[in-house]
Amino acid sequence: MTEIHPVGMPKWGLSMTKGQIIDWIAEVGDEIAAGDDLVEIETEKINGVLESPVGGVLRRRLVEKGSWVPVSGLVAVIADPSVPEEEIDRFVEEYRASWVPEEEGEEPAEAGPETVEVGGRTISYVRQGESGDAVVLLHGFGGDLGNWLFTMPALAERHRVYALDLPGHGGSDKSVEPGDLNSLARTLLGFLAVHGIDRAHLVGHSMGGLVAMAAALRDPRCVASLALIATAGFGTEMNAAYIDGFVRATGRRDLTPVLRLLFADPDAVTRRLVDDVLKYKRLDGVDAALRLLAGELFPGGAQRHVPVDEVARLEIPTLVLWGDRDQIIPPSHASRAPAHARIDLIEGAGHSPHIEKPADVNRLLASFLAGE
Amino acid sequence: MARTISYQQAINEALAQEMRRDPAVVVFGEDVAGGMGTEQDKDAWGGVLGVTKGLWPEFPDRVLDTPISESAYIGAAAGAASAGLRPVAELMFVDFMGVCFDQIFNQAAKFKYMFGGKAKTPMVIRTMYGAGIRAASQHSQTLYPLFTHIPGLKVVVPATPYDAKGLLIQAIRDDDPVIFFEHKVLYTLQGEVPEEAYTIPFGEAEIVREGDDVTIVALGRMVHMAAQAADTLAAEGVGCEVIDPRTTSPLDEETILESVERTGRLVVVDESGPRCGMAADIASLVATRAFGALRAPIRTVTPPHTPVPFSPVLEDAYVPGAARVAEAVRSIAVKESV
Repeated sequence: MTEIHPVGMPKWGLSMTKGQIIDWIAEVGDEIAAGDDLVEIETEKINGVLESPVGGVLRRRLVEKGSWVPVSGLVAVIADPSVPEEEIDRFVEEYRASWVPEEEGEEPAEAGPETVEVGGRTISYVRQGESGDAVVLLHGFGGDLGNWLFTMPALAERHRVYALDLPGHGGSDKSVEPGDLNSLARTLLGFLAVHGIDRAHLVGHSMGGLVAMAAALRDPRCVASLALIATAGFGTEMNAAYIDGFVRATGRRDLTPVLRLLFADPDAVTRRLVDDVLKYKRLDGVDAALRLLAGELFPGGAQRHVPVDEVARLEIPTLVLWGDRDQIIPPSHASRAPAHARIDLIEGAGHSPHIEKPADVNRLLASFLAGE
Repeated sequence: MARTISYQQAINEALAQEMRRDPAVVVFGEDVAGGMGTEQDKDAWGGVLGVTKGLWPEFPDRVLDTPISESAYIGAAAGAASAGLRPVAELMFVDFMGVCFDQIFNQAAKFKYMFGGKAKTPMVIRTMYGAGIRAASQHSQTLYPLFTHIPGLKVVVPATPYDAKGLLIQAIRDDDPVIFFEHKVLYTLQGEVPEEAYTIPFGEAEIVREGDDVTIVALGRMVHMAAQAADTLAAEGVGCEVIDPRTTSPLDEETILESVERTGRLVVVDESGPRCGMAADIASLVATRAFGALRAPIRTVTPPHTPVPFSPVLEDAYVPGAARVAEAVRSIAVKESV
C-alpha cells in the first residue's frame, strides 16, 4: 500500500464548523488499524474520539493539543511506512494549498430538520442518503434526532436514512396524549405512511427500541428488520433514578450527574450537552410530556412493557447491541433477545454506544443492514 | 424549532405568546401602541423603536398608550398587578425612573412583605438602558444597581435574544415585580431562539466561555465585550471563563464563587458606574467569600464616575470595550509557559 490518507476534522452534526484537539491518543509511528482511536476532539456540542478511517502508520500529527481546526481541515496523515518522508510533506503541502474551508452561511451539505404532519401532530425529522432501503432511527426517552449525528452519515452511504423526533421531543409537537406505547407506535407507522415507505429497517435506542418493537407488532409487514440498541422492552428492570432524575432536573447542577449515567466515560457530558438538554426541558409542554410518558412506560421506576417474546415470534431479522457498561438498562437483558437475533456487546460503552463508540456501532449496523 | 431572530423580535415574540396564553397579560406605556385612534393600525409604531409593533392590532383592548406620566402608569401597573392582572409596563428610558420610583420601590416592592406574604404583585417593567446611540446624558444611563439595591424587586439584564425571550416569559409568569432591562444597542443582535415559549429561571448564570485562568463576570452588552476579549486572550494562551449572571437580583453567587475558586483571578466588567455598582458588588462578594482562593487583585472595568457624555468621541471612550477588558485580564493573568 503506497497510498497517503489525509485525516480531516470530521463534521459531527449540522452546526459543527470546527473542533478542538483535546488530546492525541495515537503517536507518530504507531501502526493503526481502521477504527482505532486517533485523537479526542471537542466541539461546541459534544466530545468524541476520531477513529481512523483506514489502516496504516500514523505519519504526521499536524495540530497541537488545544488548537481549533475547521471542519475538513487536515489533522493527521496516515500512510504505509514505505512512503518516503518527502512525499508525505509534499502531500500535506498540496492538501493545504487546495483545501477550501466550508464558508459560513453556505448551504449545508445535509438538509436541516423538516417537519411533517402525522396524526394531527407536527413531527420534525432529518433525511440523508439518496438510494437504498429506508432506515428509520428512533431516539430514547428525553433524546432527539441529534443523538444520531455519528450514525446518520455512515448509514446514508447505502440507505435512505430518516431520523425523527418522537412526540414530546426535539422539534416535534410537545403534546403526547395519551402518551402510551401504542400512540408512539402509531406515530411511527404514520410517519412511514406519509413518506410512502412500505417497509423500513428500524433502528431504536432504549425507549426508541421499544417503540420499534411495538410498531412491528402492530404492522409486521412494515418492518424489514429491527436493530435494537440498549433497548427497553426486554425486561422490567431499569435504573429508576435516571428517569426520575431526568424528569425532575431543573438546572445544570442536578441535570449533569443524571446525564453522566448515560455514558461509560463521564467526561462525555460537556457543558454544551447539558445546556442543550436544559433548553429542551424548559420549552413549554416538555415537562408535562416527559412526566406523562414516564408514567405510562416506566410506572414506579420499572418497565411496563416487555414485548420481546411476542416480537420473537414475528421472526423479523434482529440485531441487539448493548454497551457492557450500561447503567440505565442492564446489559444482561441482551440474553433475552430472540433466538434468531444477532447479539453484540460493545466494550467500554455505556447506555449510548452509538454516541460513545460510533465506529463499532456503525460497523455492526452496516453489516447487519447489508444482510451479512 | 429554533431559528435566528433579533433581540428585539425575541422580546416582541415573548410578549405576543404570553398575551395569547394568558388574557390577564396587558401591555401599556408611552407609544407602545403608537397608532391608537388611527385607521392605519398596521403602521402603528409599536414603541419608540418598534419593539411592541404588531401587538396592538392583535390585542386592541390589551395594549394601551398612556399619557406622558410615568408616576401615573407605573402606579397603575402596581395596582393592576395587585388586583389580578399581569401588566407589562414600558418605562421608555430607565433614565425616567426618577418621577415614578416611589411606585416601584416603596409600593410594589413592599406589598408582599407588608401584607405578610399574602399579596402578589406580578408586574413587569420593561425599560431601555445603556450608552452607545448618541442619546446624551438623560437617555443613556445604566441604572440597574439602583433597583438591585431594593429588596422585593427582581432585576433582569438579558444579553442575547435567547435569554431575552426566556427571561421575559419567566418575568411575566413571576408573581413578584420584575424590572427588565433592554440594552438599545442589542436590539438588532441576532441569535438562535426556539419558536415555542420557554422560561429561564432567575438566579442562574450563563457560562458564556469556559476557561481555567481568569474569571470574567459581565452583564448585558458587556457580556459581548468580555467574550470578544476572551477570544483574543485564548489565542495568547490565557483561558477566560466568562460568566453572565443574567439577573442581578437574585444573583447566582454560587457560579461566580465556584469559578473563582478554580481560577483564582477575577475581572468584573460592567456598564453601570464604578461607585455602588455591580462591579463593586461582585468584587466585594468574591473578596468576602473567596478571599483564600484569590491569587491576584480583583480588577473592575467600568465607565468613569461621570454622566454619559454626548460627544461621540467621549461616549466611545466612556463605554468599556473589549480592549480594556483584555488589558485588565493581562494585568493579572500568568500566561501559560510556552
